[in-house]
Amino acid sequence: MSQSERIIVDRLQSPAERYLKSWESLLLLVAVAIFIANSFASPYFLNAWNLSDATFNFTEKAMIAFAMALLIISGEIDLSVASIIALASTAMGAAVQMGVGTPGLIMVGLGTGLLCGAFNGFLVTRLGLPSIVVTIGTMSLFRGISYIVLGDQAYRGYPSDFAFFGQGYVWWVISFEFVLFAIIAVIFAILLHKTNFGRAVYAIGNNPTGALFSGIRVPRVKFILFLLTGLMSGVAAICLTSRLGSTRPSIAFGWELEVVTMVVLGGVNILGGSGSIPGVVIAAFVMGLVTFGLGLLNVPGIVMSIVIGALLIGVIALPRLWEKWRR
Amino acid sequence: MQAENHIPTGFQSAPVMALDGITKTFPGVKALSDVALKLYPGEVTALIGENGAGKSTVVKILTGIYQPDGGAIRVDGNPVVFPTAQDAADAGITAIHQETVLFDELSAAENIFLGHAPRGKFGLIDWAEMERRSRAILDSIGAEIDPMAKLRDLGIANKHLVAIARALSIDARVVIMDEPTAALSHKEIHELYELVEKLKSQGKAILFISHKFDEIFRIADRFTVFRDGQFIGDGKISDVTEADLVKMMVGRDVSQIFPDRTPVIGNEVLRVEGYNHPTEFADISFDLKRGEILGFYGLVGAGRSEFMQSLFGITRPASGTATIDGTAAQIRSPADAVASGIVYVPEDRGKQGAITALPIFQNVTLPSLARTSRHGFIQLAEEFKLAREYTSRLDLRAASLDTPVGNLSGGNQQKVVIAKWLATQPKVIILDEPTKGIDIGSKAAVHEFMAELAQQGLAVIMVSSEIPEILGMSDRVIVMREGRIAAKLSGEELTPETLVRNAAGI
Repeated sequence: MSQSERIIVDRLQSPAERYLKSWESLLLLVAVAIFIANSFASPYFLNAWNLSDATFNFTEKAMIAFAMALLIISGEIDLSVASIIALASTAMGAAVQMGVGTPGLIMVGLGTGLLCGAFNGFLVTRLGLPSIVVTIGTMSLFRGISYIVLGDQAYRGYPSDFAFFGQGYVWWVISFEFVLFAIIAVIFAILLHKTNFGRAVYAIGNNPTGALFSGIRVPRVKFILFLLTGLMSGVAAICLTSRLGSTRPSIAFGWELEVVTMVVLGGVNILGGSGSIPGVVIAAFVMGLVTFGLGLLNVPGIVMSIVIGALLIGVIALPRLWEKWRR
Repeated sequence: MQAENHIPTGFQSAPVMALDGITKTFPGVKALSDVALKLYPGEVTALIGENGAGKSTVVKILTGIYQPDGGAIRVDGNPVVFPTAQDAADAGITAIHQETVLFDELSAAENIFLGHAPRGKFGLIDWAEMERRSRAILDSIGAEIDPMAKLRDLGIANKHLVAIARALSIDARVVIMDEPTAALSHKEIHELYELVEKLKSQGKAILFISHKFDEIFRIADRFTVFRDGQFIGDGKISDVTEADLVKMMVGRDVSQIFPDRTPVIGNEVLRVEGYNHPTEFADISFDLKRGEILGFYGLVGAGRSEFMQSLFGITRPASGTATIDGTAAQIRSPADAVASGIVYVPEDRGKQGAITALPIFQNVTLPSLARTSRHGFIQLAEEFKLAREYTSRLDLRAASLDTPVGNLSGGNQQKVVIAKWLATQPKVIILDEPTKGIDIGSKAAVHEFMAELAQQGLAVIMVSSEIPEILGMSDRVIVMREGRIAAKLSGEELTPETLVRNAAGI
């Protein structure tokens, strides 16, 4: 205990060692297992074009999931993301009717996302309302506006060059969406793991009071996170609308749960404070592979959601059961 | 009368409860090795030791929360085991912890009888009986609390009394008090002493854990000293002096508790004028110079922390100005305060001071990230460098800089919080109860360091409720009472009497 010359080492465990024992490595094993199982289960699985198609199962949701991961790590949540897609898509559809071109549509999509995010952020950080309540409210509100505007109608007639965002390929089987997904993943990974902003997010999620008392501008950071989540919902709205080529008010219905599932499956603590972007990336692949594999086996959608639910509970419960059993 | 049962101090009765050769190991740490402890009926035994000496572990073993790895627990000479906390409670052992868990939304009576409420017909709770018995217990400890009042409507001192009542609601033979006076004001501490006397006269054995020597000499009959998880000695308190106990605790002489300093007072750094808050404080004005230690004394609830937090930007004052180095500071958030050179070491380390789940280096660099990073991107090497520089100045004890702060002892956590603020190179540092709940060794280190900071030209504000600390450290003292400045004292005026009189408004 008491040496006169005391040197405290930086770390006892190297980052690599820590990663090896992490949730992410376990999840990667699960992903590989599912991949192998899929390739045995269906002869159509190991086909470049089929695999490329499979990525559309998760790319749009994952874009939102990255922003959502930061928001959940900070101790907040946004359940209105799917409704933001609906509103942004409706706004773009309305703009098309007014003859707005593709660049303008993008501005409308991103702008709507940002506005919705700002509205959520304002209610949470300025008025101090709990985000889960605020965003359950705006979840109904945003989609409600879409229903009022569209009723049982749909917007169509998107310009042909707008189709690129959801249907275009950059090279061979590599879709534009997949490239965008990868770029956004890298950006969010850097933002969370390599910047002062990311450090503040972890600090707030672990102890908002302590972060405030340490001179962190807690409301500002949280507001930015809501803005980012809104923005990414806008990006997802552009991709999805482009892919479908039309807008109905039921677009992306129920996605908020899949996005949150992806984030939690990726190892983000739903109570805030911990989690990583690589984890969410792997979780996106796991969910995409499971959905696609079941699709190849002609499993109906309702069974798929049961499987996804079971997977989530299973992957989260197993390590704890393992711990209990070992003791 | 209860006094009839009084067993006079010094009477050679057998201990009610004894620990014999108790050992407890946690992964990597031997928390207790072969310790002994005896508790006698009608006597107060003070358990003394620095933080990390194993006091809390002993309490947890006595109350059935931990199981010892070796040794024996005896009650009335018979070996017993307490597999659960309930078994210890059934054996008549009860503890009043530093932070007893209470439930804000329940009434005082429900808190007192939670888990063992009197039952009526069909096993339903007998509310009338519970209220009657709660009132009886509260009356017996002189607490004027409505048993049906919701706990959240009670002040902190009354909550503490409810915790004591809860401990007494089981027919206890052994009462463990773990730093019971930490949150209490003078008046309440005296009431607690009377309560302890009452419990003694009822023949209960009391284990009293405290860092305050005046308290120990005031109410304890016996003492037991632990150091680094080992039993060092025990005996009658009347046979020892404070110096003897300190020597046993730290294993060396600590002759001078407060550093000798010749203050070098410089120019004015901070001027506060007319700070007002609708409910917490009013009309606070003072100035502070470089190299000065300004003490803030007052009873708990006098508004000292509330004012300091307002100065630090946590709460917005209704009116008032703060001037730093001659320029008016716009402090709307702690970030603004840090930017203008005011930092605050809060009283509540775990919640406000540190982010306990994050590693040491990240805690230290959190307010200084702008300096250790490049264009907002983290530079780990710079962070470790800064963290090492400031933690080593404070002689931090830790396995690595990557260790979560929550794994450190209270004194070392405090060092991390202070290091965090020094790394921002502040002009004014506010220390709110800087040595509360930390052991005597770390206490001396913090005092030493405070003196050093003042020597280097930092302006220090120290909020403290401990008179020796206020007198030993401060150049000037501001006494607050009910949210207002009651007196500004310096030099000859600084005596325990003037402090207490002004704080209490006598």
